[in-house]
Amino acid sequence: MPHSATFAAAHFTQLRPRLVAFARLQLRDSTAAEDAVQETLLTAFEKSATFEGRSEFETWVFGILKYKILNQLRQQRRQGTWQPLGLDLDDDTLDRLFQQDGHWQSAARPSHWGEPEQVLENQRFWQVFDACLIALPENIARVFTLRELMGLSTTEICKETGITETNCWVILHRARLRLRECLDHGWLN
Amino acid sequence: MLMCREATRLMSLKQDKILTLREKMALRLHLSMCRDCRHCARQFDLLHNISDHHPASRISSRKTLDD
Repeated sequence: MPHSATFAAAHFTQLRPRLVAFARLQLRDSTAAEDAVQETLLTAFEKSATFEGRSEFETWVFGILKYKILNQLRQQRRQGTWQPLGLDLDDDTLDRLFQQDGHWQSAARPSHWGEPEQVLENQRFWQVFDACLIALPENIARVFTLRELMGLSTTEICKETGITETNCWVILHRARLRLRECLDHGWLN
Repeated sequence: MLMCREATRLMSLKQDKILTLREKMALRLHLSMCRDCRHCARQFDLLHNISDHHPASRISSRKTLDD
């Protein structure tokens, strides 16, 4: 079985681009993403852990990265470079997608995506997904990635961002509707 | 009677907390009658599973190692 330092060094090179891609989706800033990954790699190097295999190693490194990303977010909040807002009252997502009576607008009706297993293996799907995520307004995207990429509960997101849980649910509803709409248009057509 | 707009709110909420029995029943009834919302529900489920499958964060599984 491979061990700590040599094993880590060999796999960091391979893992790095993915760590940066992940951090960028969350932090929406290349410099901040590079910083978070750099700190992650340093921490990972310093700690001599033994791994049974590659997946265990990756899980460990991603765990460190998630921790560093949360630190960055806290720092951004403290410095005032990111102000998590409450609800954007001008947001018209729902009015745009639904008719007055609550039915889908005919142009917004969701299409069938096929089997989830096949969708998740589709490279093009992920390219469009990343583009759609980047295109979301910052606050919506951040709450969504905290929930679905970082795996925080809505209670934890409230603590990190200072928004109420109710607002968090409203934002996630909008994020999911907008993402699925964007994927419908960008991926299937 | 639950409309699509409200049904999507419950589909989203379902990913973040346990729905009340009344919410569950209302959503189930709506989905049984509305194909558009059934598509939407599956897509919300899929979006909830992205972290395990996103190419960036996907952990190399046994399957990947065998490939």
